[in-house]
Amino acid sequence: MPWRRLARNRLSFAALGAILVVTVAALLAPWLAPYDPDEPDAAVALASVSVRHPLGTDLYGRDQLSRLIHAGRVDLLVALSATAIALTLGATLGAAAGYRGGWVDHLVMRGVDAVMAFPAFILALAITAALGNSTANVVAAIALTHVPIYTRLIRGEMLKARETEYAEAARTVGNRPHQIVLYHLFPNCVPPLIVQATLAMGFAILTVAALSFIGLGIQPPQSEWGQMTAEGAGYVVSGEWWLVLFPGFAIMLTVLAFNLVGDTLRDLLDPRMRGVR
Amino acid sequence: MPSRWRVALLSVEGLVKHFPLGGARAWLDRLGGQAPRSVRAVDGVSFAVAPGETLGLVGESGCGKSTVARSILRLVEPTAGRVTFGDVNLTTLSAEPLRRQRRDLQMVFQDPTASLNPRLSVGRTVEEPLRRHTTLGTGERRARVAEVLAQVGLGPELAGRYSHELSGGQRQRVNFARAIATRPRFVVLDEPTSALDVSLRARAILLLDELRATLGMTYLFISHDLASVKYLAHRVAVMYLGTIVEEASTAELFARPLHPYTRALLSAVPVPDPDVRRARIVLAGEVPSPIDIPGGCRLRGRCPLAQPVCAEPVTLREVAPAHRVACHLV
Repeated sequence: MPWRRLARNRLSFAALGAILVVTVAALLAPWLAPYDPDEPDAAVALASVSVRHPLGTDLYGRDQLSRLIHAGRVDLLVALSATAIALTLGATLGAAAGYRGGWVDHLVMRGVDAVMAFPAFILALAITAALGNSTANVVAAIALTHVPIYTRLIRGEMLKARETEYAEAARTVGNRPHQIVLYHLFPNCVPPLIVQATLAMGFAILTVAALSFIGLGIQPPQSEWGQMTAEGAGYVVSGEWWLVLFPGFAIMLTVLAFNLVGDTLRDLLDPRMRGVR
Repeated sequence: MPSRWRVALLSVEGLVKHFPLGGARAWLDRLGGQAPRSVRAVDGVSFAVAPGETLGLVGESGCGKSTVARSILRLVEPTAGRVTFGDVNLTTLSAEPLRRQRRDLQMVFQDPTASLNPRLSVGRTVEEPLRRHTTLGTGERRARVAEVLAQVGLGPELAGRYSHELSGGQRQRVNFARAIATRPRFVVLDEPTSALDVSLRARAILLLDELRATLGMTYLFISHDLASVKYLAHRVAVMYLGTIVEEASTAELFARPLHPYTRALLSAVPVPDPDVRRARIVLAGEVPSPIDIPGGCRLRGRCPLAQPVCAEPVTLREVAPAHRVACHLV
């Protein structure tokens, strides 16, 4: 089982643990957060790390730990929905392009090339700037920039799978084309898709944070890691280090964790390793 | 049982399959004003198979045997020619009617491992043709799967296994089971035993013959293993470089091979008796590329008996009852 092998590697086990912690925290935010994240308390404004406020407070005396937990909710939700949309769209387009070939392939791949011609972040930035920076638009922007990853991946896998003898056998047995793709080819393309989606999750979180950092992503008062980092950055010189350190650390840890798990999954699901499993 | 005495179940007429060459070479040809060249994998093949009969199609690797098989089932689209199954012209059939014909027209592939989807259990694999072609319910399908598995000598407990948990011999039996699940009338066997080791090969051949007899199927048996062909086939067609060079009943062909290529092929079969000394007929050189096929008789450049007349085009003609040969010198 890949999960047991994953657990054996300490680093990726720790990374998996980090993802789990962040996810659970996001799911149970209202119950886990010690304070209301939006509740100001002038008495403790800009308070440093303490027992009552383990990660300190901001300018309005809002508890930073509570804000961080609630922010993780947004980051994960946006990244996850963007990844899910991009994966669905990309896999469908890629499967059509790879299996049908011909003009469908040309059309899809030229569209993908057009999207890829722009640096992903610049494109996401342009979309949110043009459409307005609602959460839905951030999701749409990230999803669109991620579609090419999955399209190209699935197209390549389809091209390989299409030529296999089991694909021919599936046709001989009386499957219709969509049944061949759905029941025979696609399931054999899933392992690399999981790897790619895990790696892309990290990148998606980074993009949400980056967009919010420059003010084009998630808007206050809703807290978000990138936006919190941006707010905290102003306080570095005046000595309130906790305001930038903890949100920045949250981003780094989560992105790193997704990348590590993705890398390990890639090694584990490598077709050459399949026999060892 | 020569096919002309009965109505053929499957007949192939003038089958041609050319694979056009792509790439820089094709561009150069076009620039030079020539038609782009192609690999002439199958270059005018005709034969017929009578109901209940097994026709062996033999020839060395690359002679176009598998392409014939794939063209019959339209896994590749033939360039020209006509394949008639019963009274249906398969070559002009559109997708859905063709798909429905597949209930009666199955194939066993060469590589028992590669032809099984690694993510489907044995049960699901064998069940699939039933799902696609019958209205049987889940329970009925399951019962039928167990029955078919038993017919190929596999226990019902294997239904839950996956391909990588099976031995090579078991995998090929799963392939047989999938092919016969819908009780097809015609099965193309594309080198079904070439991936099996010798001890399993004999048993697989026996099983195939038994299945044909009990289920009343008709086989096109493609192989380069002459011993298997001799056992399983009623009639044999010998292919060389995309054409049939000789065709006769199995007994006749093995006793009186007429074409120099058939003779060379048969003389290459080892005889399990060290005292027997035979004249080994060795062909000179290599098989010509199917891109540059020589005019006239295709064996001309390699044939020890070649004469000037061999440069003339040669066709398959009947030299003895039900014995057809494509050679000027016979």
